[in-house]
Amino acid sequence: MATVTQSRDIEFLKEQARTVRIEILKMLAQAGSGHTGGSLSAADIVTALYFYKMRHRPDDPKWPERDRFILSKGHAAPLLYTVLALTGYFDKSLLGTLRRTGSPLQGHPSSKMLQGIEVSTGSLGQGLSIANGMALGLRLDDSPARVYCLLGDGEIQEGQVWEAAMTAGHYALDNLCAIVDLNSLQIDGRCEDVMKIDPVAEKWKAFNWHIFEIDGHNMEEIVNTLDEAEKIKGKPSVILAKTIKGKGVSIFEGKVEYHGLAPTKEELEIALKELGGNGK
Amino acid sequence: MGSREEKSAVESQSFAGQAVATRDAYGAALAELGKRNEKIVVLDADLSGSTKTAKFAKAFPDRFFNMGISEQDMMGTAGGLSLAGKIPFASTFAIFETGRAWEQIRQTICYSRLNVKLVATHAGITVGEDGASHQALEDVSLMRVLPEIVVIVPSDGFETKQVIDTVADYEGPVYVRLGRAKVPAVMPADYKFRIGKAYKFHIGRDVNIIANGIMVSAALQAREMLSKEGIDAGVVNMSTVKPLDAETLLEAAKNAKLIVTAEEHSIIGGLGGAVAEFLSEYHPIPVKRIGTRDTFGGSGKPDELLKLYGLTAEDIVKTVIEFMRK
Repeated sequence: MATVTQSRDIEFLKEQARTVRIEILKMLAQAGSGHTGGSLSAADIVTALYFYKMRHRPDDPKWPERDRFILSKGHAAPLLYTVLALTGYFDKSLLGTLRRTGSPLQGHPSSKMLQGIEVSTGSLGQGLSIANGMALGLRLDDSPARVYCLLGDGEIQEGQVWEAAMTAGHYALDNLCAIVDLNSLQIDGRCEDVMKIDPVAEKWKAFNWHIFEIDGHNMEEIVNTLDEAEKIKGKPSVILAKTIKGKGVSIFEGKVEYHGLAPTKEELEIALKELGGNGK
Repeated sequence: MGSREEKSAVESQSFAGQAVATRDAYGAALAELGKRNEKIVVLDADLSGSTKTAKFAKAFPDRFFNMGISEQDMMGTAGGLSLAGKIPFASTFAIFETGRAWEQIRQTICYSRLNVKLVATHAGITVGEDGASHQALEDVSLMRVLPEIVVIVPSDGFETKQVIDTVADYEGPVYVRLGRAKVPAVMPADYKFRIGKAYKFHIGRDVNIIANGIMVSAALQAREMLSKEGIDAGVVNMSTVKPLDAETLLEAAKNAKLIVTAEEHSIIGGLGGAVAEFLSEYHPIPVKRIGTRDTFGGSGKPDELLKLYGLTAEDIVKTVIEFMRK
């Protein structure tokens, strides 16, 4: 059974993250719409999961012992599609069909249309509950598989997230690791202006989670933390990852308008130059 | 873990010919199913004593998850359990199950076509004294509009037992609507439930009453009363509202002058809505709908409420006779 090329080598992972960003921007520019900012902010974390941490088999997507990844912030679909393509779940050429009529690469992930997607997401606040259910089910079967769930920071304004946070704490789901992409921005502006979410760490702590606070763009820190999280027993872990929305491209970084805007042709050229990609 | 004695105490009951609340038949069926099938897991939102999932919880504590008062989280968790290969039954009162958690059912369960069984109790006005806030009169409508889901409204305990066994083996989302109050047995002992297959008690020449849930019993009484007036009224138990049994519905419509629907639910969007939609497109014929009429319920004794809201055999009879004499 072939497995994805995975490595703990930090330079390798950084290089993969750079490629992931390039592919995200190319597919978004081609689609002409989609979510740039939140795909780039979580790119390092999700690269570390798929190219290092997660045990998975792209040629056997339903392998029962696989680690599961739930993209609760479903609008970062371009990021998920890119890592799935680059790790071999489907042909990279499919990335060019993002958001087109009939494409399996829907605007938000659809599990019925694309293999490698564990469950459809897009309506915010629902992924952590699903991850809890998976973790409970896997634990019943004594499975070694772990469940990872990526949430946005604006997303944790949804009440269901806290119902789920309570559930994971109550059931002591130590086979679950949530990651919050703290890029500080949401569609209408800064999270702190739209609806204050701080203090974030105290909230998760109060719901009986083990907390990690990291720089979500420091690959070494991401990798070390994912390893540490696996060792936490008796409670779920959450990685609070401080990130920059649009990370990697100066014209998008920290710009709220690129939450839901795709790069234009000109912007793509600038971006590729900055990322050192030659458009291959 | 449930002890051996507890597990063996879970007896097989068919409920044939027995007057029993459909929620009690559910509790018993679920516990029995748990014994046969290790994949069955059950979730409840702090109402396990009322929904009767407590019986399963007692026998199989490892496979029962109380989610506390958080219906939205319960639906997502049930979805996740199904993705881990389990067969989750998620229960609470019908209004909270379908109303509070509607979008979770849509986005997580139906859109991904997850193998989750939504079994709700305390549907309709026969909830009684708790009043309007706890009486779901919209749930069938809310579920029926969703793609991928099967919607079933069993008429008695015997049918409920079969429905629960059947949906456990069916792959995909299902909504089962159950009640609080004891209901008379209506289905014959040789009845076999199948998803999407209505049961014809009789096809009438004058009118056919398409009913489900507790209204099947009222429809059968109405048939007796109408026959004394020289009116041949048929009765069909359309327990599966989605997918509708088109064949039986067409047969009922083609053989009579009037179709009457009867349900303990709003006339908007439920069984009456489904039948009217179908017949207006494929076999236009007069349709009268018995149900609550764009209103909330209220507190009271179930029998008094059924009278107050026009959900009795007499109401069916009156509707038919008024139409016939026009």
